[in-house]
Amino acid sequence: MDLRLSGISHTYDDVAVLRDITLDVGRGEIVCVVGPSGCGKSTLLRFIGGLERPAAGDVMLVGDPPAGSLNPLTYIFQDFALLPWRTVEGNISLVLEDHGMAGAERDGVIADVLARTKLSDFRRAFPRQLSGGMKQRVAIARALAVRPAIMLMDEPLSALDSQTRELLMDDLVGLWTRERFTAVYVTHNLQEAVRLGHKIVVLSRRPGTIREIVAIDRDLSDRNFADPDLEEKQTHLWTLMREEAQAADRELIDA
Amino acid sequence: MPEAGRKPGPSGARPVPFRGGGFRPTSKATVSAIVFVILIALWEAGSQTGVISDLVLPAPSLAFAAFMQLVESGLLWKHLGASLQRLIVGWTSGTVLGVIVGLMIGLFSVARAGLSPLVSAIFPIPKIALLPLFIIWFGIGEGSKVATILFGTFFPTVIATYGGVDNVDRGLIRMGQSFNLSWASIVRKIIFPGALPAILSGFRISASIAIILLVAAEMIGAEFGVGAYILLAGSLMATDQLIAGVAMLSVMGLTVAWIIGKAEAYLLRWRA
Repeated sequence: MDLRLSGISHTYDDVAVLRDITLDVGRGEIVCVVGPSGCGKSTLLRFIGGLERPAAGDVMLVGDPPAGSLNPLTYIFQDFALLPWRTVEGNISLVLEDHGMAGAERDGVIADVLARTKLSDFRRAFPRQLSGGMKQRVAIARALAVRPAIMLMDEPLSALDSQTRELLMDDLVGLWTRERFTAVYVTHNLQEAVRLGHKIVVLSRRPGTIREIVAIDRDLSDRNFADPDLEEKQTHLWTLMREEAQAADRELIDA
Repeated sequence: MPEAGRKPGPSGARPVPFRGGGFRPTSKATVSAIVFVILIALWEAGSQTGVISDLVLPAPSLAFAAFMQLVESGLLWKHLGASLQRLIVGWTSGTVLGVIVGLMIGLFSVARAGLSPLVSAIFPIPKIALLPLFIIWFGIGEGSKVATILFGTFFPTVIATYGGVDNVDRGLIRMGQSFNLSWASIVRKIIFPGALPAILSGFRISASIAIILLVAAEMIGAEFGVGAYILLAGSLMATDQLIAGVAMLSVMGLTVAWIIGKAEAYLLRWRA
């Protein structure tokens, strides 16, 4: 299943946040969206997932979701969004219960996604007992449980410290190598974008427009630390963003 | 502060004075028991030595004797039974209705616009003032007594519940929507558990209000009941019985607080 955005514009109370965003996301592709804060990247992700409606433009799904996909468009949130009153397995069970999955079948799916995210030992733990990295792994397991066609990741690593972030990036690369999932990955961290993105969409400051789309062809598993090519891409992205970020930083929030 | 007074080292080095600590209440159960015992002991001693006249305040031993008399006459269980029945029926129906209405106000804009001003308008009215009306509406028997407690517990529960619903993390609700959970599932699995801490602390308040209103409800036409016992003792100036009755209300309050504490510890065990 592919994703096609055409001519998306939006305003919040007279403030234009996004202008004329047109973008294709192909199957098995991770598209990173970067931009200065307040450029509307999270808003764009909410449009894609159908949690909000844009003022103009369309978000279209092309083709059918793979068979057995319970929730084709599935989010991973920055703040994990785990229910604190449910255990790890309860949080995963939550998203399966409404699809009429029960008993042994549900237990099987839970055991499977926990094994894939190396969480099997934490099945009965409450979120408060887990570190930030483990919480996000639970959220990833929960997303995998509904067999998404497209993952919508809203700054998934931004609430984590830099070491945990490295570990989780490795996990995501490993996961993609095995499962070839499709994702739209919003971040403000250029290093993440260069490590995980097949395409990197650079948005301008508010109102967000696409400044450039940078493609990185190298396979995700071949991208290493201090790779000169990637360094160069990252520097290029930063030059694109630097002025925008500077200007965005100096804007009054309500102006 | 011993650190501050310590002698400087050979190179003039001295330890950094400690300024942290404090502001962290710990539970010291023995202290509360000791305070309680000392207070009663002082009171008893004052009465025995004649500093406190029995007319002004009867000694704890006299109040205890009045209580034992109640036990021996077998009337204790009649009073207690009548009161507990009114409390349980009134409080349970008041809180169940309160939680339902509170959820409605929290979930539906129309209910909020229509009902929340009404709640604000009726909540501050002392339900005791409405007792004559309740007697006309619900009769002089159990009806008016239960209704007083019901109305008294209903409003604080409504306010606690919709406050709790308002405070549920919107991010969790959005998560539920993003996974295509049904509306009923979101309410049952996300909003209600999220509001439960506020609802339970509302229960603490409404339970105390129920006990306060018990005495008011039993003012008129009650043969048995702790409140009726206290009021009768009051009108006869039998202050020892009055103290015994009031102490029973206190014990009821403590018991209810303990039960709600246990319920919180179980239902909210997911909290740190």
